[in-house]
Amino acid sequence: METIILQILNGLDKGSAYALIALGLTLIFGTLGVVNFAHGALFMLGAFCAVTLNKIFNLSFEAIDPTRTDFLGNPMVVNTPYVEAWFGPEMGHSIIDWSVPLSILFAIPIMAFIGVAMERGLIRYFYKRPHADQILVTFGLAIVLQEIVKAFYGANPIPMPAPEAFTGSFDFGRWIGFDAYAIMYPYWRLVYFGFAAVVIGAVFAFLRYTTFGMVVRAGMADRETVGLLGIDIDKRFVAMFAIASIVAGLAGVMYTPILSPNYHMGMDFLVLSFVVVVVGGMGSLEGAVAAGFLLGILQSFASMSQIIEFIPGINQVIIYLVAVVVLLTRPRGLMGRKGVMED
Amino acid sequence: MSTKSFSRRGVLKAGAATGVGLALPTIFTGSARAFTNEPGASSVTLGFNVPQTGAYADEGADELRAYMLAVEHLNGEGDGGMLSTFSSQALDGTGILGRRVEYVTGDTQTSSDAARSSARSMIERDGAIMITGGSSSGVAIAVQGLCQDAGVIFMAGLTHSNDTTGKDRRANGFRHFFNTEMSGHALAPILSNAYGNDRKAYHLTADYTWGWSQENSMRTYTEALGWETINTVRTPVGAGDFSSYLTPVANSGADVLILNHYGGDMVNSLTQAVQFGLRDMMANGKTFEIIVPLFSRLMARGAGSAIEGIYGSTNWHWSLQDEGSQAFTRSFGTKYGFPPSQAAHTCYVQTLLYADAVQRGGSFNPCSVVEALEGYEFDGLGNGPTLYRAEDHQCFKDVLVVRGKENPENDYDLLEVVEITPRETVTYPIDHPDFQGGSLGSCNPGA
Repeated sequence: METIILQILNGLDKGSAYALIALGLTLIFGTLGVVNFAHGALFMLGAFCAVTLNKIFNLSFEAIDPTRTDFLGNPMVVNTPYVEAWFGPEMGHSIIDWSVPLSILFAIPIMAFIGVAMERGLIRYFYKRPHADQILVTFGLAIVLQEIVKAFYGANPIPMPAPEAFTGSFDFGRWIGFDAYAIMYPYWRLVYFGFAAVVIGAVFAFLRYTTFGMVVRAGMADRETVGLLGIDIDKRFVAMFAIASIVAGLAGVMYTPILSPNYHMGMDFLVLSFVVVVVGGMGSLEGAVAAGFLLGILQSFASMSQIIEFIPGINQVIIYLVAVVVLLTRPRGLMGRKGVMED
Repeated sequence: MSTKSFSRRGVLKAGAATGVGLALPTIFTGSARAFTNEPGASSVTLGFNVPQTGAYADEGADELRAYMLAVEHLNGEGDGGMLSTFSSQALDGTGILGRRVEYVTGDTQTSSDAARSSARSMIERDGAIMITGGSSSGVAIAVQGLCQDAGVIFMAGLTHSNDTTGKDRRANGFRHFFNTEMSGHALAPILSNAYGNDRKAYHLTADYTWGWSQENSMRTYTEALGWETINTVRTPVGAGDFSSYLTPVANSGADVLILNHYGGDMVNSLTQAVQFGLRDMMANGKTFEIIVPLFSRLMARGAGSAIEGIYGSTNWHWSLQDEGSQAFTRSFGTKYGFPPSQAAHTCYVQTLLYADAVQRGGSFNPCSVVEALEGYEFDGLGNGPTLYRAEDHQCFKDVLVVRGKENPENDYDLLEVVEITPRETVTYPIDHPDFQGGSLGSCNPGA
């Protein structure tokens, strides 16, 4: 039972990332009709926003400490971050320690800018082109973006620790009546799940309860009629592209303490997120979120040694098997809308 | 007078045949040379094939630094590093056999296919006379096979699977690095002293030749101590998030987790194991322990404080006080600003050993190199007296057992050497059961 609860928690955690990426993918597809293969790269760029802010906070000046020696026996060069010099050692240390959550504020304007630049600079020229062209150009863009990141940050994963307050594990088992240590779950993973729930809730609330969101939903349902009513739907759709970029970016920022960022992390998530969108139903926001969590949980269970013993390699293919079954039984996906990608 | 005319079909056929002939890889066609890529009078090209991307990219970057340093020293630049401490004094800083050493690099991407492709390109296009590199045993074994067929020498970099000099050994391939059998042998008595003989172990294992080999050796030696193996779970290389594999460990009845992972995988799995609270746990009335059989300083740096107190084994460590180690650390540290890793050390040493073998044998012919290295005894390269055993082309030398340091004094002071297991202890017979199923065959000079 403990193992099942732990795998559900793992699944929710993985599913949170899938859901956030798939939500943005569906938003872009639903509003602009573009199949955006560069969306995984936006997740990766978000993660590197956190890396960049951490590097900025760690900008240091060098001083020689004659009382200590380095590995060659020379006087030790000690690096002191400017933030520690300016705000005092304790405050400076706290700022560096909290660099991942603070990166949220840093990433929002950057991701919005990247989203708008991507849409205005490239993707808008492909609205009327076939989906195959859109896939090729966005996939190419993703490769260019990841190679740029590789050139600046190298190919190696860059460790990004969570704030000290969130290191360690929460004794979840004791909390729900199991033995001590039976269900230990890292604090940061719980934070990530909570964060994803808040972001997803905020996007849904924005679309449902604001006039802007209402117009966007109307545009998703019938773009032509909304245009005939004199509303500049294109401008709103560009804003939705920016919002989808921010959601992917924030998903990347907060994921950095779970998985050290590297330049190809976006590609790793992109393929899975596309499967999530297809399983959830093209154009369905609720479907994308539900399928994200569902596939995350199934993937976690498939990684259990008891399951792998019976079906070796199932952890690698489970998501695709589910996609096959769902598409055979419900060709539009779990919550797909009629008419989407069917012309 | 003959009136033979050319038909369109005939011309096409002749053209196609010529094209196929020209397109044939040069390594599979004959030539007037005595051996593959026989160098000219002025320079010789070495091929450094290392992972520049993927789970082992950190090691690869350090390997490349070491290779470049070795080339400098062979060409008489820099401070000479280990050339002055090497027991053989055949190398004098004038290149190899009077030829200036040049090099080309390739990215193995930690993938056998990519590694073979880049090695093939270095041999065919760049004329590399020797290929060296590694960081993944799967890659090393694949490239070793290719070099055997192509008729060039392969000096393995970091490769730790028994198979590299076991069932997959080749006459043209040589390994300086130690292997999983030696790690298990060296670690067992230390683990027995530290954790006792009544332990239950859970293995997480990288799912490829090295992981299987490491798991097998650790099982053999820990079970001989009296430990019970509760479970062995294979994980894909580059999995990134190991949470699904780690969560069952706490409730499995195990009180030891053995992480048969390396590089980025080990950094992620160990960090996540600590995040999941495994090191704070009690199991079976004992403190839960984690073991990382193959340790490196680069991984220790990536994992941060998660490595404190954790046991493992390593081929070499920069803090060793012998003359050779000191010379190499000083040379590498001065050039790059940080100490070398074990991967860097083995690659540097392999390059020197190759150059020395050519120098002593008086020829770049692979068969001459093989003859010069087989049964070769040397010293002064950081591991004490070392033997390149003729029967399997494996180096036999002391093995270091290390532990993650509790209070490191600086960024590089992350591992402490707790035991130097002597070469005699870790030497195994050539008919050891874990090394059966292969044979060296005969050296292939190619051409």
